[in-house]
Amino acid sequence: MAQVFIPVQWRDLTGGVAEVTLPGATLREIAAALEARFPGIQARLLDDGAIASGLAVSIDGAVTSRGLRATVPADCEVHFLPAIGGG
Amino acid sequence: MGKTSDKKQKYKVIGTRPIRHDGADKVTGRAIYGSDLRLSGTVFGRILRSPHAHAKIKHIDTSAAEKLPGVLAVATAHDFPDLKDKIANLGEGSVNLAHLGANALAHGKALYKGHAVAAVAAVNQHVAEEAANLIKVDYEVLPSVTWVLDAMRDDAPLLHEDVRTNSMGKKGDKPTNIATHIHFETGDVDQAFAAADLVIEREFRTASVHQGYIEPHVCTALWNQDGHLTLWTSTQGSFTARAQTAELLQIPVSQVTVVPCEIGGGFGGKIAVYLEPVAAMLSRKCGRPVKMVMTREEVFEGTGPTPGSFMRVKLAATKEGKLTAGLAWLAYDAGAFPGGMIGPGCMCVFSCYEFPNARVDGYDVLDNKPKTQAYRAPGATQAAFACESVIDEMAERLGICPIEFRLKNAAKEGTRRVDGPTYPRIGFIETLEAAKNSDHWKTPIGGPNRGRGIASGYWFNIGLKSCAAANVNPDGTVSLIEGSTDIGGTRTSIAMQLAETLGISAEAVKPRVADTDGVGYTDVTGGSRTTFATGMAAHEVGLDIQKQMAERAAHLWECDPSKVECVDGAYKSNGKSMTFTELAGKLGETGGPVVGRASVDPQGSSNGFGTHIVDVEVDPETAKVTILRYTAIQDVGTAIHPSYVEGQMQGGAVQGIGWALNEEYVFDDKGRMQNPNYLDYRMPTALDVPMIDTIIVEVFNPAHPYGVRGVGETPIVAPPAAIANAIYHATGQRMGELPISPPRLWAAMAKK
Repeated sequence: MAQVFIPVQWRDLTGGVAEVTLPGATLREIAAALEARFPGIQARLLDDGAIASGLAVSIDGAVTSRGLRATVPADCEVHFLPAIGGG
Repeated sequence: MGKTSDKKQKYKVIGTRPIRHDGADKVTGRAIYGSDLRLSGTVFGRILRSPHAHAKIKHIDTSAAEKLPGVLAVATAHDFPDLKDKIANLGEGSVNLAHLGANALAHGKALYKGHAVAAVAAVNQHVAEEAANLIKVDYEVLPSVTWVLDAMRDDAPLLHEDVRTNSMGKKGDKPTNIATHIHFETGDVDQAFAAADLVIEREFRTASVHQGYIEPHVCTALWNQDGHLTLWTSTQGSFTARAQTAELLQIPVSQVTVVPCEIGGGFGGKIAVYLEPVAAMLSRKCGRPVKMVMTREEVFEGTGPTPGSFMRVKLAATKEGKLTAGLAWLAYDAGAFPGGMIGPGCMCVFSCYEFPNARVDGYDVLDNKPKTQAYRAPGATQAAFACESVIDEMAERLGICPIEFRLKNAAKEGTRRVDGPTYPRIGFIETLEAAKNSDHWKTPIGGPNRGRGIASGYWFNIGLKSCAAANVNPDGTVSLIEGSTDIGGTRTSIAMQLAETLGISAEAVKPRVADTDGVGYTDVTGGSRTTFATGMAAHEVGLDIQKQMAERAAHLWECDPSKVECVDGAYKSNGKSMTFTELAGKLGETGGPVVGRASVDPQGSSNGFGTHIVDVEVDPETAKVTILRYTAIQDVGTAIHPSYVEGQMQGGAVQGIGWALNEEYVFDDKGRMQNPNYLDYRMPTALDVPMIDTIIVEVFNPAHPYGVRGVGETPIVAPPAAIANAIYHATGQRMGELPISPPRLWAAMAKK
């Protein structure tokens, strides 16, 4: 089970819920579980079946470049963040 | 130069200061930069740029230019494929190809003064320039906007009719210049402010500043008759340049080879392509190599500065000096196309401290400036200027030493950032302790009109993809091939990690940066990632070679490879021993060459914290600020080559000094930059700054085999805030606007 932190700007879809514990071994499964619990959330997260441009996903503090196939370890934290690049 | 370290491991190569591998070429002028390249039959390209900050392009007439003798090709946006809103993933981030293409050559509208509109290729630069001037463009001039708050107004001139505010995937319903809204919140902010003993709220403004690399953008393109495109260019990422160019031309990446030339600085500004697709199109049309070099004016007006900004920061604390709440409202300009630096700005503004309650709102705002690009810790410097100025004021109001105040609130392992993730082992506290114990801090400043300031800063430092390969030569040297373009001496810092792994000298590794056909995919040299990630690849190459060398030794000694051990670079088994060099000389009789290879993709950040101390003297008559003494302190994990680390810290500090005191884009009321040259855009020179002292702090990064963290970006984050704080202590004047140039400071001092 992963502890998933809901961005403030998505909480209009979660009734204000800020954190949920969800099953899922991959980010794809987490995304599906999120959508099942909070319909409409995938439209914010995904674009054309992939993580939307401009978004990044942090799994236990590490932003993943593996997209929806990223492994989600048990008892980890998942955060949705703005994507960044460096100089 | 000082150093503090918690490093337990002892290294033979890492931590030493060998002469850089490219040193002889650089000091003798033999290194090949883009401008040095002269292919047989080369012709020269020139770009016509918009004289208007905002204008509809009604018609482009290229007929007169095409008829000029010596003109070989003319190109406009109509020559390129239509890429309406196609998003491409470019490794370090994704990009809207329609915007990228429209930035290279304007589609329908010129969005800033200097926006490329058309291009020509001709037999020489003079004919090319004359031909460019013969192109007639029928413009309908539109109102323009260059200040971020003006651009956010409902009645502001709209740059793009189709832009809607993106709020983490939720789209707005009306046209706007606000491309993105980011919002973070934790705890009960309003209650925390209401209960605080001290609340301070201040506003801040920063001007657009340029990365200021010495070498202008330069590219030579050859679209060969077989359809293959080769680009020789100055870029921070050859593979990213290949991907962007291939996407804009809609050709396969296998049809493009990018040869990275030596690079005279990038700092984030040489990641996006500008000239490459245009030179390629011109070459395709004329069948000749096309060389294009920007003038300094074109660099300023046509390539990315970093965002100008407006920020409001409000902090709350107890009288004992514990921060209880933070609120930040940040608006950064994105320039002509969406996708500025507001994300990292929002993530960095409170990243140095523990805030139980915090709220951050950030806005990415379109205006009529060149599309902003990354610049060393993009977005973090502006945010730190705001936050660290208020931190300093809070410490003073509470009567607490500014270092002690920071120590009371410093982020550490387990601290949860306002954007959510928690830190692993980090070294911020160690930088503050090093500052407190430094000779600089312990030495009284003394004298009239003088003040000391301190500030801290954070940058993520990223991982991403890197490849490397190496061949063992019969003389015991190793030829290393890597894909990271070398901006700051990374050939050597990467080679040293391979040398350390193999137990050979740094000089015994011969590093070479390969083109995109010569090495596996490697992400940009940016994000302070290269010594970290490509160094990690070099380490894995070393392990691969070591395993194969042990097998060769086992073959010679007719024993099982598991019986061979490698100790300090020597291979040993059952009383027998061979050095790496001896064994390398016998590869021919044990199965042929040994080649090591590695591909890595480390995830996550290596988290760099720095603390800077600066002494200034302010001339009470002219308000000129003189930097008297400067010390940059930074946790770098492990300093592979301390001289290069010190150089990065010094370079970042000096760029930050320029940002703080002088550098700014000055626009007239029609959105035209008034100072696009190094005489009027005032960057610091060696005459303007003292020796920048450095203290390297080494808190081992467990996510890297040698404990490396990124280095290059963090040093630019703290300087403007540290200098502003020093100026306050010298003059009693809190400055909320960058640059703190003499006229601005003089006006503030006169008002007081």
